[in-house]
Amino acid sequence: MIELEHIEKTYKVARRSGGFAEAVKALFSREYEYIHALNDVSFRVDDGEIVGYIGPNGAGKSSTIKVMSGILTPDSGICRINGIVPWENRKRHAKQIGVVFGQRSQLWWDVPVIDSFELIRDIYEIEPEQYKANLDELTELFDIAGIIRTPARQLSLGQRMRCEIAASLLHSPRVLFLDEPTIGLDAVSKLAVRGFMKKLNRERKTTIILTTHDMQDIEAMAERVILIGKGRILYNGSFDKLKSQCAGYDGVDPNASTEELVAKLYGELDI
Amino acid sequence: MKSYIKKCVSVFRIKFLYGLQYRIAALAGVACQFAWGFMEILLYKAFYEADAAAFPMEFSQITSYIWLQQAFFRALAVWFFDQDVFDMISSGSLAYELTRPIGLYDFWFMKNMAMRTSQALLRSIPVLIVASLLPYPWGLSLPASPLAFIMAVLSMALAILVTTAIVMMVYIISIHTISPYGIKALIAALGELFTGAVIPLPFFPGGLQRIAELLPFGSGQNVPLRIYSGNIAGSALVQAVGLQLFWLVFLVIAGKLCLKKSMRRVCVQGG
Repeated sequence: MIELEHIEKTYKVARRSGGFAEAVKALFSREYEYIHALNDVSFRVDDGEIVGYIGPNGAGKSSTIKVMSGILTPDSGICRINGIVPWENRKRHAKQIGVVFGQRSQLWWDVPVIDSFELIRDIYEIEPEQYKANLDELTELFDIAGIIRTPARQLSLGQRMRCEIAASLLHSPRVLFLDEPTIGLDAVSKLAVRGFMKKLNRERKTTIILTTHDMQDIEAMAERVILIGKGRILYNGSFDKLKSQCAGYDGVDPNASTEELVAKLYGELDI
Repeated sequence: MKSYIKKCVSVFRIKFLYGLQYRIAALAGVACQFAWGFMEILLYKAFYEADAAAFPMEFSQITSYIWLQQAFFRALAVWFFDQDVFDMISSGSLAYELTRPIGLYDFWFMKNMAMRTSQALLRSIPVLIVASLLPYPWGLSLPASPLAFIMAVLSMALAILVTTAIVMMVYIISIHTISPYGIKALIAALGELFTGAVIPLPFFPGGLQRIAELLPFGSGQNVPLRIYSGNIAGSALVQAVGLQLFWLVFLVIAGKLCLKKSMRRVCVQGG
């Protein structure tokens, strides 16, 4: 179970206006601005749920994922994942979670994917039998048997993303964080990734938290969505209910697409 | 402990595979080492003929020093950094490293040790063979004594560890500065001079030599290369190896503390 209570995080960012004079001035005295990235963020996710975490760019989605995966220490608040505080018990926490950052890579660029998998096996201290069973299962599930002997740099983005997700599942994590897993993927790969995630959730009861800007990802996978804007949680419930709420706003075209509805929602909420 | 060694072996394996992936680079490196070695030896020969009495080392000691330095160049050079680490820091892929069940310091230290030893292993063999076939005093002479050989091997291991610990400090500072160029250039320049990579430390003027030997840089290649040919022996040897141990422990503890401190305020940018 994932519990977040009253999580707060503020970043300090140096600011200056454009131009040479301003740049020279900034050498001597800097102006800082405080950005309240997470403001009283609280929610709960039960075991085996798939939850979509949505919000516009800069809303605080990635910050929340970073807090939950133990990368970022919040200023205050409580976060427990199966009873473990991520930033206090980093190593034990690391073994129970899997993380996929759609915009970054964890595979070693120049060697075949299988070499990266074997390194992960040793880093996570996965037992040989369990590794073999997981590898067989994941290569079949993600259809990557034919490509794990290819160096990562020679894979297409879709192939690589399948390998990235498989790499994050080798140690059988109970919780999986997906940060924009379908970014840049073509239609076929997107559908495939969605299918894999649902199958994984069904067969292994893995809890999945997913951030994305693709509303079709949400419609296809998530039973529940959490909406965050300007660091605050604004909605927590079923996606259909959120959509019907949006359809009720003034001047909404009854045939509006999900994207248009969500854009309208962001506009109405001023986030 | 056992799983720790297994992790080390696994990291070594993948770095070694990386080295094998670039065969032409290894060949070119070996050719460069030969050219550089011969050039240096010719230069010292010219000085030696001008005034042998003014030389602080035997001519055969110098040639052995140069050939060992060229053979283990990749293991001992201070400016040999792991570009992956800098890329991770500036691109934010560091996020993945932080979700692993292994300490960041240990993991990076292992990676760097593995990179140095695996690359040196490939390149040292041809240099050592050719250099030991060259006629006296041009080539690599036999070690001063069996004890000198054993101590040189031990001290070489310590030198690689100390050098890696120095390089770790550069990475840790880069986490703060984000751009690694300044600190890299500074350490590379100081390191080249004070490890005895440009000229062996005995050629420094008296006071400066003493200071250079006491600096952490002086516990790098300076010690094993001089022990091998008997230039450091007796109580000086015990002192030099003891100092290597001291710097290793000091740098590792200091590095771990600094990293821990910066991790508390780290924020992975973007995404």
